[in-house]
Amino acid sequence: MRWLGVAAAAVALLLPALLGPYALAIAINVLFFAYLGQAWNLIGGYAGQLSAGHAVFVGVGGYATAVLAAETGLTPWIGMFVGGALAAALGAVIGYLGFRFRLRGFYFVLLTVAFAEVCRIIVTNWERVGGAVGFYITFTGDPRRLSFQDDRAWYYIALVLLIVATSIVWTVEHRRFGIYLTAIRDDETASEALGVDTLRYKVLAMMLSSFLTGLAGAFYAYRYSSLQPNAVFGIPLSVEIIIRPIVGGAGTLAGPIVGSIILTPLGELSRALFGQGGWHGAHLVLYGLLLVAVVLFVPQGIVPWLRHVVRRRPA
Amino acid sequence: MSLMAVGLSLIFGVMRVVNFAHGDMMVWGMYLAWLLASRLGVDPYVGFVACAAALFVLGLAVQRGLVDRIVDAPHEMQILLMLGVALVMENTALLVFGPEPVRVRSPLAAATWYVGPLYVDVARLLTFTVALALSAALYVFLFRTDLGRSIRAAADNPYGALVIGTDVRRVYAVAFGVGAACVGAAGALTAPILPFSPSFGLSASVASFNIVIIGGLGSLLGAFLGGLLVSVAESLGAIFLTPSLKELVSFSLLIVILLFRPAGLFGKRAP
Repeated sequence: MRWLGVAAAAVALLLPALLGPYALAIAINVLFFAYLGQAWNLIGGYAGQLSAGHAVFVGVGGYATAVLAAETGLTPWIGMFVGGALAAALGAVIGYLGFRFRLRGFYFVLLTVAFAEVCRIIVTNWERVGGAVGFYITFTGDPRRLSFQDDRAWYYIALVLLIVATSIVWTVEHRRFGIYLTAIRDDETASEALGVDTLRYKVLAMMLSSFLTGLAGAFYAYRYSSLQPNAVFGIPLSVEIIIRPIVGGAGTLAGPIVGSIILTPLGELSRALFGQGGWHGAHLVLYGLLLVAVVLFVPQGIVPWLRHVVRRRPA
Repeated sequence: MSLMAVGLSLIFGVMRVVNFAHGDMMVWGMYLAWLLASRLGVDPYVGFVACAAALFVLGLAVQRGLVDRIVDAPHEMQILLMLGVALVMENTALLVFGPEPVRVRSPLAAATWYVGPLYVDVARLLTFTVALALSAALYVFLFRTDLGRSIRAAADNPYGALVIGTDVRRVYAVAFGVGAACVGAAGALTAPILPFSPSFGLSASVASFNIVIIGGLGSLLGAFLGGLLVSVAESLGAIFLTPSLKELVSFSLLIVILLFRPAGLFGKRAP
């Protein structure tokens, strides 16, 4: 398993040299969404709390970074951590309210969606940050302002983000914190009876997850030089975030990465095929069908299923 | 509005399945009414019967083909499954009908009656009356017929119902179908009043979750009263806030309800 990781890292490092601009853009998205999925995996996979409004943290992180840079001149390299901290604070509020009032399953899903929609509507009506039109960032091409002439820079930043997030999740997995989280997922009442402070660990997982997602907001804002409330706070982005780890295998280290390697090119392809004639939403139909198929046939996700198959037929 | 919530409450109350596709089912009902009206010239106040029938079949199919297979799986799986169904339904509507809002024209909708100093919009009155009649019919169905009684029995205690010889799976399928038919009829009936587009599904879902949770999940009377309450709150919000902020009311309402009164005003069960 370790050698596989090293080989994958080597391929990932050398890949940009071989790709054309379009393939590179897809590769960046593969990494970026694997990163987002890994961040979600902490709360959604390991702790088993289905946050279905994770886009809100992308939005908060992105807007905070970009607006700070525009108003105070703060470099986005620092600003993104402010954005991440704000996202984490919001995550703490949502998590605390949701968990304190013991909202589980469907109720927690509704709460997270409702928060994301409230934020979307507020930002849409907030003229100071661009309102419904969105917030635009002047392209400078200056690396000190998180702006690059060459897209390969984005590739490596996304790669670093993914490696950092995966190491964090790996560390969590092997520490008491991660064991508490999976215990909470598997049987909350029992872990509480054994003395686990479930509220505290769930809120912590939510904060860590939303902090990482907030950093992704800065990445998004500066890569596209713009932010639109519907795009960064909307439900479609939340769906994009959760579907990869779920298809790949929620609560496994490799799940979000495998999910993103499969789904991102598929999504891009369907967008390229159907996007022209005003056929928007084709990729969402595809995601919906996939979601249904995964739930029916491989409810644990692809990675655990593969592991199961391999174990049954030893090579 | 209330009729839609009654349908959702029926599905949730009986099967503990959260129908995320509820609003999208309503939108499909609306588009069906629109197709019937624009292609065949069927008035939506007649066509709603066909819409209800079509959605009944769809609900039955979703239950039999999908939900039935995972009734025993963890709750999360059902949520994801219904999320998938909702995504497929909303975006299929988007692919087929496009994002522009459409409106169904009914010859009756243009008419207005003057009653003394008041003027009454005939379309709204008609929608309200038919919805009321349908809700009453549903009530009779649930409380006065054998099938209705077995639906309520399966909701109360599925194991007990199984023991006394109820075909619980069939009852579930019928309940899901009836729930979907309600929302289909609700869609067809609101189509002449309100312009709509595929993205309407989400706000319809949220509105019905609001209503059902306020009214108490699984409580049909609660759903009906909740519908009235939420409509009033949203209209008040529309008066005091700018139109673009109107949606804020329903989502904020949802958060507050979830936190402080998750069992609803009329429900007894804790979540």
